Amino acid sequence: MDPFEDTLRRLRESFRAGRTRPAEFRVTQLKGLGRFLQENKQLLQEALARDLRKGVFESEVSEFSISQGEINLALRNLKAWMKDEKAAKNLATQLDSAFIRKEPYGLVLIIAPWNYPLNLILVPLVGALAAGNCVVLKPSEISQSTGKVLVEVLPRYLDQSCFAVVLGGPEEAGQLLEHKFDYIFFTGSPRVGKIVMAAAAKHLTPVTLELGGKNPCYVDDDCDPQTVANRVAFFRYFNAGQTCVAPDYVLCSPEMQERLVPALQGAITRFYGEDPRGSPDLGRIISDKHFQRLQGLLGCGRVAVGGQSDGSDRYIAPTVLVDVQETEPVMQEEIFGPILPIVNVRSLDEAIDFINRREKPLALYAFSNSRQVVQQVLQRTSSGGFCGNDGFMHLTLASLPFGGVGASGMGSYHGKFSFDTFSHHRACLLRRPGLEKIYSIRYPPYSLRNLRVLLMAMETRSCTLL
Amino acid sequence: MLIPAAPATGRDCVKGTMNKISEVVQRARAAFNSGRTRPLQFRIQQLEALRRMIKEREKDIADALAADLHRNEWNAYHDEVVYVLEEIEYVIQNLPEWVMDEPTEKTANTQHDECYIHSEPLGVVLIIGTWNYPFDLTIQPMVGAIAAGNSVVLKPSEVSENTANLLATIIPQYLDKDLFPVINGGIPETTEVLKQRFDHILYTGSPGVGKIVMTAAAKHLTPVTLELGGKSPCYVDKDCDLDLACRRIAWGKYMNSGQTCVAPDYILCDPSIQNQVVEKLKKAVKEFYGEDAKKSPDYGRIINSRHFQRVMGLLEGQKVACGGTGDAATRYIAPTILTDVDPESPVMQEEIFGPIMPIVCVRSLEEAIQFINQREKPLALYVFSQNDRVIKKMIAETSSGGVTVNDVILHISVHSLPFGGVGNSGMGAYHGKHSFVTFSHRRSCLVRSLGKEDAFRGRYPPSLSKMTRH
Repeated sequence: MDPFEDTLRRLRESFRAGRTRPAEFRVTQLKGLGRFLQENKQLLQEALARDLRKGVFESEVSEFSISQGEINLALRNLKAWMKDEKAAKNLATQLDSAFIRKEPYGLVLIIAPWNYPLNLILVPLVGALAAGNCVVLKPSEISQSTGKVLVEVLPRYLDQSCFAVVLGGPEEAGQLLEHKFDYIFFTGSPRVGKIVMAAAAKHLTPVTLELGGKNPCYVDDDCDPQTVANRVAFFRYFNAGQTCVAPDYVLCSPEMQERLVPALQGAITRFYGEDPRGSPDLGRIISDKHFQRLQGLLGCGRVAVGGQSDGSDRYIAPTVLVDVQETEPVMQEEIFGPILPIVNVRSLDEAIDFINRREKPLALYAFSNSRQVVQQVLQRTSSGGFCGNDGFMHLTLASLPFGGVGASGMGSYHGKFSFDTFSHHRACLLRRPGLEKIYSIRYPPYSLRNLRVLLMAMETRSCTLL
Repeated sequence: MLIPAAPATGRDCVKGTMNKISEVVQRARAAFNSGRTRPLQFRIQQLEALRRMIKEREKDIADALAADLHRNEWNAYHDEVVYVLEEIEYVIQNLPEWVMDEPTEKTANTQHDECYIHSEPLGVVLIIGTWNYPFDLTIQPMVGAIAAGNSVVLKPSEVSENTANLLATIIPQYLDKDLFPVINGGIPETTEVLKQRFDHILYTGSPGVGKIVMTAAAKHLTPVTLELGGKSPCYVDKDCDLDLACRRIAWGKYMNSGQTCVAPDYILCDPSIQNQVVEKLKKAVKEFYGEDAKKSPDYGRIINSRHFQRVMGLLEGQKVACGGTGDAATRYIAPTILTDVDPESPVMQEEIFGPIMPIVCVRSLEEAIQFINQREKPLALYVFSQNDRVIKKMIAETSSGGVTVNDVILHISVHSLPFGGVGNSGMGAYHGKHSFVTFSHRRSCLVRSLGKEDAFRGRYPPSLSKMTRH
């Protein structure tokens, strides 16, 4: 018996009946989502603490505020986003009406990961709801406590005929993916991204894949090591390193390394104290499996800062590794933990070659006082997003699309990009009746004279509409 | 780089071609990595060369289209080549603006930073063409891919053999040979091409093969644009200018002998106007193609015997109001109209892609909408009416790639409108700036200075909660 059959049929029927189309309905759902966050903040905070030992500050900044911000943005702009977009016309269509109509796809599936279990499920949900779809949410089973709140409490705030939360591991996800959806939004690893896309291909379902990679962090000789260390450390150790856009490794000269390592030590001490284990601001690793994986990586290169670990509460100290070889495991997989390897390069060119030899990452960072150096790194590489002289600030702007490229993903979202991602952009041309004499030059029997007139009419050079 | 199709015999020969395919793609990648596609000047130069190619080889192109699809010089130009020239013109004009960084709105925290979207090429793009508009549907996407700074591997359809061979000859004569190779061949070669890694694949063709392309792309996490098909409905309201409607419908249906992905596939109308619709369609057909369409230089032929048999087979058991005859030797099928068509019959089960117009009777707008919604989302939808309420309702309660109201096909000729499908009719879109966006990566950029560190200290741990505990 397929456990999802009934749920999916119910949601499809609601969509067909047109329930999700009116702006009022979508506004009600978005407001419901907002109330869910506000009324259950304590409950959610406790769940995040149990799953990831996520502190109040980090939860506020990276889970609650971001989600609430997106809800508010959607509520403010929904009517504008839903409007038909006027399109420029050519001479042949001057008297017509040309526009792009934004339509919901239908039934959307959102699969979320465990590292920001609230943000990474709610922010896409905002877009899918705003665009008028029915939605099936599949939170990660690994962030168990948050998942429990989502499945037990969230549905009370949304119209359950148009919306469902399903729990389960890889097996349930596989079963779910056999069904047809009209859009699939997946956040997770490239390996599973391939599985999702292959499943989507069977139904010709379009996808957005938010994946990952190793995000390089180039540190130029021309910079202030302490400022750089503050910024790199903050973004590296946030959420105990379990962030898809965290700086994954540093590329710098041996000379810069000598100045950077003590600066990193200084930043870590200032942020987390002499014994980071006692800091309420440092998270823990999500599971034993990931803990063991990370513990293994501590053996790569040489520990310059940190290196301690304790399996009893899945603690890994904020760590910096040096003398790391490209072939070692810590440079082969996305780290996703509080470990920062430093790889030496002798020049900017060498750094850029190093980066370009590898898969395109989700984010890329360059630190330098020189604007030219920052621009060089940007121009000569590719990545989902880029930040010069800071960590993943770029994703705090809803006006910037958030997504990957190549192995780090396809498609993007945040703000209006979410709405557009979950909408079909339907090209519409409304012709005025009449003027048939002019339009009839396109009909057979074809003649050279007619062709010339037609070509002139199709020419867009003289169109100054909009 | 000319890769001929593998001959039927000789395993070594086939293997040789297969190795060549991976070499060609690798060479394209190396050429891309050299960075020469980045400068705006280079891209414009290549587009200008493409334009020169089309103008200088006009006759060769028309001859190939004539051999493949019985097009004549005029309709080859008007129904196909002109769209490509238009696109090139439009792109060359606007590209300098498109390649610029787009500044975006800032937040309170980023007021002093630079925030913008930077467009970059994806790398090596694969374009798989098709046979019904073999020139346009291969080259028009290519224009966008070149504009976005990519290397482009073309795989024209082997079904439109003459055009495929011509492209393999003339493209290397005008464009950069390493960056823009043409690979020809049938299923084995296409399968081998799909094993290679690309940074985007644009495929035009059937939903069945679309799934195969997307599955192959998934192995490399390659994004795809799939321009597929379906049955594009044409609703003719009682309240419309029937003469006008039928002329326009006939024009869109019978061009290229019905082999157009956005052709009106079938008509939905009230039984009370069915006879009039038939009469007026017949009148238009006569106006366009004369008494005997077979003799008209403007009327096309079916691409090959397989499709000829397939389309003729759809006539079985149907009520023929006009046409219904064919000649296998020349692959000619007369402009045909069927009446009182049963929705369960074969002609209503697959995309017709031939000069047969079934009329299915519906008694109301609601019934028409229901009929349409019970089926896969089509590439195009048409509605003829003078009643705004009817038009609004039809659009609001259905979905399709695109819509033209009171005409057919033309929404795809407007550059500012995206051309693409939805659901079974496809994903993604192109034309004009939509092509540029499809073939680019839009990279979010935030650049700040290393100074002003004090302004950022507030975000660092230890957090407030720890400080209040002390």
